[in-house]
Amino acid sequence: MDHRNRRLDIVLGIGIAAFLLVPWYRIEGGFLGFGWFSGFPSEASVTPGILQILEYGRWWLTIPALIMAAAVAARFLRDPMQRGAVLAAAGAAGVLFLTLQGLAIGFSGWSWTISETLFGALADGQPSMGAGAVLSAVAFVLIFSFGLAERGVMKGDAFVVASIAMLVFLVAIFVFYPVGSMLVGAFQDFDGSFNPDGFTRNIQDNSIWSLGCVVGGERCGVAWRTLWLALMTAGGSTIMGLAFALVATRTRFPFKKGLRLLTVLPIITPPFVIGLALTLLFGRAGVITEWMSSLFGIEPGRWLYGLTGIWIAQVLSFTPISFLVLIGVVEGVSPSMEEASQTLRADRWRTFWRVSLPLMKPGIANAFLIGFIESMADFGNPLVLGGSHGVLSTEIFFAVVGSQNDPSRAAVLAIILLCFTLTAFLAQRYWLSGKNFATVTGKGDSGAHIALPRPVSIAVHAMVIPWMVFTIVIYGMILFGGFVKTWGLDNSLTLDHYARAFSVEMRDGALAWTGVAWNSFWTTIEIALISAPLTAAVGLLTAYLIVRQKFAGRNVFEFALMMSFAIPGTVIGISYIMAFNLPPLEMTGTALILIACFVFRNMPVGVRGGVAAMSQLDKSLDEASLTLRATSFRTIRKVILPLLRPAITAALVYSFVRAITSISAVIFLVSAEYNMATSYIVGLVENGEYGVAIAYSSMLIVVMIVVIAGFQLLVGERRLRRENRVAGVTTTPSLTLGQEKTA
Amino acid sequence: MITPRSGSVVFQNIKKQFGAFTAIHDLSLTIEPGQLVTLLGPSGCGKTTTLRMLAGLEHPSSGKILIGGKDVTMLPANERDVSMVFQSYALFPHMSSLDNVAYGLESSGLKKKEAREKAEEGLKLVGLAGMGGRLPAELSGGQQQRVAVARALVLEPQVLLLDEPLSNLDARLRRQVRTEIRELQQRLGFTAVYVTHDQDEALAVSDRIVIMKDGVIAQEGSPRDLYEAPASAFIADFMGEANVVSCDVISVDGADATIRIAGLEHRVPSRNAKPGPAKLAVRPNSITLEPASGAAYPGQITHAAYLGDHVEYEVETSTGRLFVVDPAVERALAPATEVAIGFKGRGIAIING
Ligand SMILES: Nc1ncnc2c1ncn2[C@@H]1O[C@H](COP(=O)(O)OP(=O)(O)O)[C@@H](O)[C@H]1O
Ligand SMILES: [Mg+2]
Repeated sequence: MDHRNRRLDIVLGIGIAAFLLVPWYRIEGGFLGFGWFSGFPSEASVTPGILQILEYGRWWLTIPALIMAAAVAARFLRDPMQRGAVLAAAGAAGVLFLTLQGLAIGFSGWSWTISETLFGALADGQPSMGAGAVLSAVAFVLIFSFGLAERGVMKGDAFVVASIAMLVFLVAIFVFYPVGSMLVGAFQDFDGSFNPDGFTRNIQDNSIWSLGCVVGGERCGVAWRTLWLALMTAGGSTIMGLAFALVATRTRFPFKKGLRLLTVLPIITPPFVIGLALTLLFGRAGVITEWMSSLFGIEPGRWLYGLTGIWIAQVLSFTPISFLVLIGVVEGVSPSMEEASQTLRADRWRTFWRVSLPLMKPGIANAFLIGFIESMADFGNPLVLGGSHGVLSTEIFFAVVGSQNDPSRAAVLAIILLCFTLTAFLAQRYWLSGKNFATVTGKGDSGAHIALPRPVSIAVHAMVIPWMVFTIVIYGMILFGGFVKTWGLDNSLTLDHYARAFSVEMRDGALAWTGVAWNSFWTTIEIALISAPLTAAVGLLTAYLIVRQKFAGRNVFEFALMMSFAIPGTVIGISYIMAFNLPPLEMTGTALILIACFVFRNMPVGVRGGVAAMSQLDKSLDEASLTLRATSFRTIRKVILPLLRPAITAALVYSFVRAITSISAVIFLVSAEYNMATSYIVGLVENGEYGVAIAYSSMLIVVMIVVIAGFQLLVGERRLRRENRVAGVTTTPSLTLGQEKTA
Repeated sequence: MITPRSGSVVFQNIKKQFGAFTAIHDLSLTIEPGQLVTLLGPSGCGKTTTLRMLAGLEHPSSGKILIGGKDVTMLPANERDVSMVFQSYALFPHMSSLDNVAYGLESSGLKKKEAREKAEEGLKLVGLAGMGGRLPAELSGGQQQRVAVARALVLEPQVLLLDEPLSNLDARLRRQVRTEIRELQQRLGFTAVYVTHDQDEALAVSDRIVIMKDGVIAQEGSPRDLYEAPASAFIADFMGEANVVSCDVISVDGADATIRIAGLEHRVPSRNAKPGPAKLAVRPNSITLEPASGAAYPGQITHAAYLGDHVEYEVETSTGRLFVVDPAVERALAPATEVAIGFKGRGIAIING
């Protein structure tokens, strides 16, 4: 009972403090600015919950205060079952009520007419939730969990119950609430009242659904164009990825190491950089365009700006991901099956088509679906190359930022996009689950893969070699482009772009960061460094709960978490601004919203890596730790985490890289104060400052390489033996990275 | 000094369900302090589940568990005063053996230095003094097993739980380690619950044996009781092979009963039998075979296998096929030999189930 009381006392203390000691509502200047200290507790805007009730007529806060009081009283109950029941009930009621009052009462009174008719009009509304409200909500969640734990839920493990409850709470706030708000937003007018006109008008919009291109004549609607592009990209990147995987495993190609290296590069490349490089090559002022025009007199055309250009950029960007998915599959086909086929008098050709390829089919389908989702979600390349031929993700963007400013249209487009990606995600999950024939077993599978049939071999080399050359050229351009004065016009070398972006001066004995890029650069690094460990922690904790704990609704829990994968960044971005711009939660323009966005968008990767790695850890290790008097928290810290080092590194690296390179959600969420590198670069591109944009991009790539190496050193190796033989469980960062999205 | 305490264990009407499947049906069991009690039974009968409920790794669907007189039914594993030796040992592969042994001590709040001193002592207790620096991967199977035992014992639990502790050892080592465990238990006097599916092992180490079948206790008693007076054919067979044959109880006088099989009469302990048809469990080495024809209880040898220090026979009789172990290797009988079947004085019991 002792430490049960202690943990409960702490939480109850927090709960009481939430009502008495901190401002209940949101502080304009930010809570951590502590500007509120001077006015506390008398000023209306910074006064704590208790005074809001007593002095400012916010009578509805009495209810959570009373619930908290009930929880405090319950602490002194003797019977543990009874005490647990009261605590759990109080916690649940508290969270529910706080949510309800937050949604129901806005700035100027009731948000819903029904409550207004029921309870009468309110004299005054309320601002967004602040430290007090948030703290009390957290306290209620914990009280609820401790209550359940005392009743023996999850074998009485308070840490586990509290983790599950907190995660559900957070995912509800940061994934389901925004997406829900966006769905609701589709049916709302500017003032928030219900109005389906916008929805009906937009959902029937010809510019979305037109089939003009099939019937002949004009262009197809943006939905069909996006779908078509996604299918083409998925097909292209899957074929390229398969060719790569075959070259890497079934041929004597001499540059396999280099091949692997090249395929990792795009992962740490901001997504629009490929598009940018293509512009420098094939755009109207591009090198190749100029050559063609001077050598053969071909008119510089605009063919790159449109679906063709986006398609090339996407295939280039996503082939590595497809490769990383497929290499596992191609390697996984047991050589003994191919050998068996040969002993059954099948030649190489027949073996390849009848045995090897069918065995790879589920992997190929998987790569296809991933390519599909990636392409749908991609924002950077269409933004740089799309011109007026946009796809859904860019149309969403222009529907809110452009002159249109039609949130309802943005919401409708986002819903369509979400439907496409969720369908692909569901297909991937149900249709492919359990259909993996890849046969990697613990048994040493001797034998060698047979060589490819000649025509296939020639074909794959014919795809891979030009790609490699092309990729090298593109990265050459990215590195080189930053040192060229004006691309295409004046190719003399210069350091101007770097100087403009990253100059530093000594002024009055202090270092002055005078470069234009520094501001967004430091913000980016700071936010990436904050969100990476958070993402890894949340992701691995979730993985632990999914793999190691059995609870009702675990499958739903896992599914809901993984689903946030399939939500394209643009959709997240638009839904965040729709949800977090008004009470009850206001976060737009803060660093917090960026961090939340990164954590909940990138967490599924941590989850996946963690699940894979943890499934390989014998469960009796945790159980042994528990029977040795360790709490689950200690078990995680001392036993599981040290054994999961490779997965931790992967999760850290991934979330760090994603925080730096992602653009789609970020572009909606940045503010003047918290601008991120990618959105700043996109701004440069829009202004035609290609040189600085390229210089900045190359700098980011270099920084990422350095930081990844740093993480590797920091987390360290797993030591299971004295002589450090490679252990069975090694999740290489790149493998996990590659399976996930770039958007 | 490491002085494990000895607590009693009580299971009261424990039931455990996994979804719709009931793994344990209404199990009640009392374990006296200081005893080594074995849960014995075929694979899947619920031994591990029972042990895990005692450890707090599973919670019963209904019923109560008391350790040392205290109700622990709702307590999580880390708040219970028991420790467990896992079948796979579950040594933390990234910690040295000393760290492994010290782990539980540190979890219970001991200072690092004290924990290490005590862990050293624990290692010494199991004969691994000086091996503290090695990682589990650098120890042999038997040594790993001892680290696991030391790790559990240094916590001085009220009850030590062992789940098939010998199953990962080779046959030779098994005998040695089980003797060591038993010696340690008797020397330190702790209560232990030992799970195994091997009846030899159970007979060798236990004060009491609890035989389980399909989630219920089939019989409970001292090793000798179970071997000599099995309550059912299942137990008779499980505690070393037994032939189960039908017989007639002719008369009962006090502790003894006279039975008849085919034409042969024999006296056995009565065990509350009543006159009338009954079943008899006969150990293979309690049957004698004499080459003869026209005997009261005749049989014919169908298989014979020479195994060095004994011969195994299968004999076809009017009461069914008998499995016989005969130490008389010098006069091995050939298949097809007609034999007269007889019984030795012990190893024969009337069974009620
Ligand atoms: N976590 C579980 N979920 C479902 N069934 C289980 C679980 N653990 C054990 N069982 C089932 O309970 C029965 C008893 O298992 P167990 O106690 O492990 O048997 P054993 O006597 O071999 O140790 C088995 O039929 C097993 O399949
Ligand atoms: Mg078992």
